[in-house]
Amino acid sequence: MSDPTLSSAGAAATVGSPGLVSGPAGPRPRRRFSRRNIFLYGTLFVIAVYYLLPLYVMVVTSLKGMPEVRLGNIFSPPVEITFEPWVKAWSEACTGLNCDGLSRGFWNSVRITVPSVILSIAIASINGYALANWRFKGSETFFVILIFGAFIPYQVMLYPIVILLREIGLYGTLWGLVIVHSIFGMPILTLLFRNYFTSLPEELFKAARVDGAGFWGIYFRIMVPMSLPIFVVAMILQITGIWNDFLFGVVYTKPDIYPMTVQLNNIVNSVQGVKEYNVNMAATILTGLVPLVVYFVSGKLFVRGIAAGAVKG
Amino acid sequence: MSAQARPSQLFKNLNAKIASIPMILTALVVFVGGTFWTILYSFTDSKLLPRLRFVGLDQYERLWSAPRWLTSIENLLIYGILSLIFSLVIGFLLAALLDQKIRFEDTFRTIFLYPFALSFIVTGLVWQWILNPDFGVQKVVRSLGFDSFVFDPLYNSDIVIYGILIAGLWQGTGLIMCLMLAGLRGIDEDIWKAARVDGIPMWKTYLFIVIPMMRPVFITTLVIIASGIVKLYDLVVAQTGGGPGIASEVPAKYVYDFMFRAQNLGQGFAGSTMMLLSVAIVIIPWAYLEFGGKKRV
Repeated sequence: MSDPTLSSAGAAATVGSPGLVSGPAGPRPRRRFSRRNIFLYGTLFVIAVYYLLPLYVMVVTSLKGMPEVRLGNIFSPPVEITFEPWVKAWSEACTGLNCDGLSRGFWNSVRITVPSVILSIAIASINGYALANWRFKGSETFFVILIFGAFIPYQVMLYPIVILLREIGLYGTLWGLVIVHSIFGMPILTLLFRNYFTSLPEELFKAARVDGAGFWGIYFRIMVPMSLPIFVVAMILQITGIWNDFLFGVVYTKPDIYPMTVQLNNIVNSVQGVKEYNVNMAATILTGLVPLVVYFVSGKLFVRGIAAGAVKG
Repeated sequence: MSAQARPSQLFKNLNAKIASIPMILTALVVFVGGTFWTILYSFTDSKLLPRLRFVGLDQYERLWSAPRWLTSIENLLIYGILSLIFSLVIGFLLAALLDQKIRFEDTFRTIFLYPFALSFIVTGLVWQWILNPDFGVQKVVRSLGFDSFVFDPLYNSDIVIYGILIAGLWQGTGLIMCLMLAGLRGIDEDIWKAARVDGIPMWKTYLFIVIPMMRPVFITTLVIIASGIVKLYDLVVAQTGGGPGIASEVPAKYVYDFMFRAQNLGQGFAGSTMMLLSVAIVIIPWAYLEFGGKKRV
């Protein structure tokens, strides 16, 4: 930092001669390796390692053979990489009497998640639209009940829903579970859509009314095309939420259509047989893979989705 | 808004009403109806099937004298209080660290938040593996030469709930960090400049200026954490299955087991009503403050 021009300028400034530059202007340049920065990045790095460790352990364990798992250290990388645990977890792991692996749970989860996401978003977006633009007497009351319903512990409503589903003949079926997911996704999604539609300029809605568009016309031709980002946010929220669900899957379905999380738990926590930890970890990653991919691909939209849950109406 | 009732508007509102039928049904039948149904039947002696034979507070008396329920409540209290404190503290500290105009902010945020994308089942199973005394952390530390090192929270009934807490915090703190970060970003830059001009140290600025300013964020976060804690279920099922013995039972699991396994519906209903009550204790004052105050303004 012994720049001659700098020191001369400093000297000039102390003399106070007019017309000369009085020292460097602007904030002092930060040094890259200040103690503060080392502490800051060091802390962040250590925390990041802690957060990444379980993912690392999962991957590493799933790539080892059982002898290596028994002898070695869970943190050490595999000496001999094998994909056999993955294959086994996918197509051979046993739950009870069935030994066709997690693939069945995976496809069940797909068959549950896809219609649930579509149905819940369709219902909630129309609800939100009606609440934002077509208020009727009592609509706000229903909305408030809905929002409070989001805080009621699921356990309170578990059994009444069993009875309702049994009455309409859908208890223990895939569609029963789809309905349950649509019901419990409704509060947060309706809130999300209502807030978004309210934020759209009202002139747009009025202009469409003047032009003679009705309830459905405005919804399909104006609201949906203008709200694609919020639909994506809702999809991210629902895909991860429904894929990760365990309680509803275990209560409202039967063993052949158990979603992946339930099957995973049954495989890993089954008491009979020799524990194959590498297969268990491979199965665990496989189950976590879908939401992880959604998370890493969607990036900031995911954050927006979960923050939407926190923003009050 | 001029309220001119035209006949066409009535017809169009009919459309909106038809479109809202799923919402109305959900709100009235499932949320309100289901809740009252459960409360009503918690006063009956329903066993395998629900039946309306009232026994007063019998189910509740039995509930509160069941060791398993008492353990569940104790666990939920320990887990709840610690998870509230640690989530808020860790979440806020992480957010404050990320708010220092650092590089790679997005990378760090992505890393801290990714566990939140994973299910509680996956979280529980990973931590079950890491905390496994024969293979996990305990074995690794012992192999470094500390032969008597003991770290087996999942196999020790005195501390098993802390093992679950570790996993729960790993999964959930990212979310709190994100909420806190949004709150910090909402603070006016000028506050920081003013504090710096006045020579107030950074930690004091956070403690006495920024945190009080973030009161609404803290309250919202608190409600989110609190309503999530009562639902604690999957994590316990995956990580310990309630064991060893009944040491890590939680109310949600008690309710599920009595409703769908032990075929003792009355106990399940009584337990779930108690869960509802505990949520109401948190939610009603909050709603009163939040929405009751708004109307007056």
